[in-house]
Amino acid sequence: MAQFNEMYQGTAVRAPYARLQDWVAAMPQELRSLKQAEAEALFRRIGITFAVYGEGGDPDRLIPFDMFPRVFSGAEWARLEKGIKQRARALNAFLVDVYGRGEIIRAGRIPGQLVWQNEAYEKAVVGFVPPKGVYSHIVGIDIVRTGPDEFYVLEDNCRTPSGVSYMLESREIMMRMFPGLFRENRIEPVDGYSEKLRRTLASVAPKKCKGDPVVVILTPGHFNSAYYEHSLLADLMGVELVEGQDLFVDGEFVYMRTTEGPRRVDVIYRRIDDAFLDPLCFRPDSMLGVPGLMDVYRSGGVTICSAPGAGVADDKAVYTYVPEMVRFYLGEEPILKNVPTWQCGRAEDLAYVLDHLPDLVVKEVHGSGGYGMLVGPKSSREEVERFRAKLIEDPGNYIAQPTLALSTVPTFVEEGLAPRHVDLRPYCLVGERIELVPGGLTRVALKEGSLVVNSSQRGGVKDTWVLAE
Amino acid sequence: MRLTVDHVTRYSYDHPVRSVVQSHRLTPSVFAGQQVIDWEITVSEGTKGSTHRDGAGDQVQGWTIAGPVSAVEVRVRGTVDTTDLAGVLRGHRETVAPEVYLRTTAPTRADVALESLARTVGDSDLLSLAHSLSTLVSEAIAYRPGVTHAHTTAAEALALGEGVCRDHAHALIAMARVRGIAARYVSGYLFAAQDGTPHEAAHAWAELHVPGLGWIGFDPANRCCPDDRYIRLGSGFDAQDAAPIRGVARGGAREAMDVTVAVLQAAQ
Repeated sequence: MAQFNEMYQGTAVRAPYARLQDWVAAMPQELRSLKQAEAEALFRRIGITFAVYGEGGDPDRLIPFDMFPRVFSGAEWARLEKGIKQRARALNAFLVDVYGRGEIIRAGRIPGQLVWQNEAYEKAVVGFVPPKGVYSHIVGIDIVRTGPDEFYVLEDNCRTPSGVSYMLESREIMMRMFPGLFRENRIEPVDGYSEKLRRTLASVAPKKCKGDPVVVILTPGHFNSAYYEHSLLADLMGVELVEGQDLFVDGEFVYMRTTEGPRRVDVIYRRIDDAFLDPLCFRPDSMLGVPGLMDVYRSGGVTICSAPGAGVADDKAVYTYVPEMVRFYLGEEPILKNVPTWQCGRAEDLAYVLDHLPDLVVKEVHGSGGYGMLVGPKSSREEVERFRAKLIEDPGNYIAQPTLALSTVPTFVEEGLAPRHVDLRPYCLVGERIELVPGGLTRVALKEGSLVVNSSQRGGVKDTWVLAE
Repeated sequence: MRLTVDHVTRYSYDHPVRSVVQSHRLTPSVFAGQQVIDWEITVSEGTKGSTHRDGAGDQVQGWTIAGPVSAVEVRVRGTVDTTDLAGVLRGHRETVAPEVYLRTTAPTRADVALESLARTVGDSDLLSLAHSLSTLVSEAIAYRPGVTHAHTTAAEALALGEGVCRDHAHALIAMARVRGIAARYVSGYLFAAQDGTPHEAAHAWAELHVPGLGWIGFDPANRCCPDDRYIRLGSGFDAQDAAPIRGVARGGAREAMDVTVAVLQAAQ
């Protein structure tokens, strides 16, 4: 499989990477090792670590950072940006529709069963239109590249996509360590993200809110793997970071306990799952949420971001229909392509998948984090056969996709620079306006040849540059 | 029939709690079979919270009770005129697609026994199938209070062969879904005449969706479809989802609950 190297075409260097060529050439091995150690120390000092559930080991393990940046030209980004915003608009239109009249189902463009019997479809919010008609306020879209102009969406994350702190910190550290690079290259800044996020959240304040909206971030607590990110975003936005027990419902509103007494809360950027939000509506044993929250939400006393129920749009089976959503709601052709996907729940698809298992990537419909998946070409025959048994037992739980020839970006390894596979997660903000900072999180599979970039599977991160035109 | 309801739920805590938050589905459904004459819900020392009608057509009302408090009394009193519609939920406004109720939950999951029982009857048409399923449940689970509890599943109740209206409803829902019929749990009240039939005044039954007719109530506990002796409050996937009162007390005290319900026929 021919792999697209984002820096080199043969021996020629692609334009966006031109100046990095000299930078690497001018950096002796000793300096590189020194800088790598410095980067790690910086990450350690700011405390950005990534704990992974169920993996054991060091919960404060550092996520590996690679100093070699990933670069997009302004023109490349402009096209990506259009595609990302288009997709975020369509996903939100879909959510408003399926909790309303369900026109796309009536029109026969998506099977009702996929939506209505989906675990992520929340009956409790049927008939409710959140402020500004937005269900998913932060849409994280995972994109891979296979050629100069070939981009594919791997999956959408409409609930609470994490990782934006790595985008911000990677940039911060690169600027600190290599200020020269930022003088020589005209790199679009990403530090506007937190202000844009704050503006987005404030723009969806509920009708009952008069005056300047009070925004909080609701975290499950410090044991959560993304806690660092929750506190960083709260800091950057200048809003309170709260846990469920810091909030309470009184009458028609939600309040937070402060040293100066209760303070009304208008917008909750929650980083906990729907099931834990409110024991009076969802899981009755949840200690993380706020009892009575959903009653306040449904009557317009508070806004919850992302809106409960948003998860039905990023289900891996629903994913197949996102291009259809773009056509149906926007009347446009999708700019970003989907990866061709087989639904193992369909008999003819399953037959194909079983016949081609060693060539395919198979994922759980509700899985995330790179767990419970099969990468056919990278698996032993036994692994494939073990997976085949699981697949036959519960085919509806799986989708399959061809193994894509993911693009590579030069990455520092023991022996020097070597190509490693990357993906990209930009964070699209949807409120009164749709905004996207030029950049995102580039994840890199540090293991040679590996296609799995998840941080839970030995993936690292890179700074992502968008060059000003 | 004109029915009056007096329904009192008392919660007491072994030491005062900091606060109590509740969510109520305690208002009669709006449909052709019932008309509210008067209806009042009071919560001792409670502050009325927000209210909304949800997608299933239920009136949902939040309440908060500031602590310290060691007892809470929820009292529902009212009068409703009811009409016998042979179980059909006519004129009920709701926006949730019936197909949503094909999803199973822990208490309504069919095991092998429920599944094979559900498959013992033919399906000449959906309505007779629904009736047959309801009869099967009546026969398979005898009414006996005290043997099951709030977390008993339909499968467990069937294995036991005994249970209360909650278990009957869960079993019927599980079996209906096996046969591809959307089904849901309904909570409400039942006026029982002095004819010796077993009853629970705070009652529950199931609704099955028959395309063309809509939602139809079935009460396997009483071997009938809800008529003018029934008052419908709200619905859900299962008993917990359809509970008339859901609440949380903050403060870690042990909670005791005492319920009295009187449903009487009133002179018109």
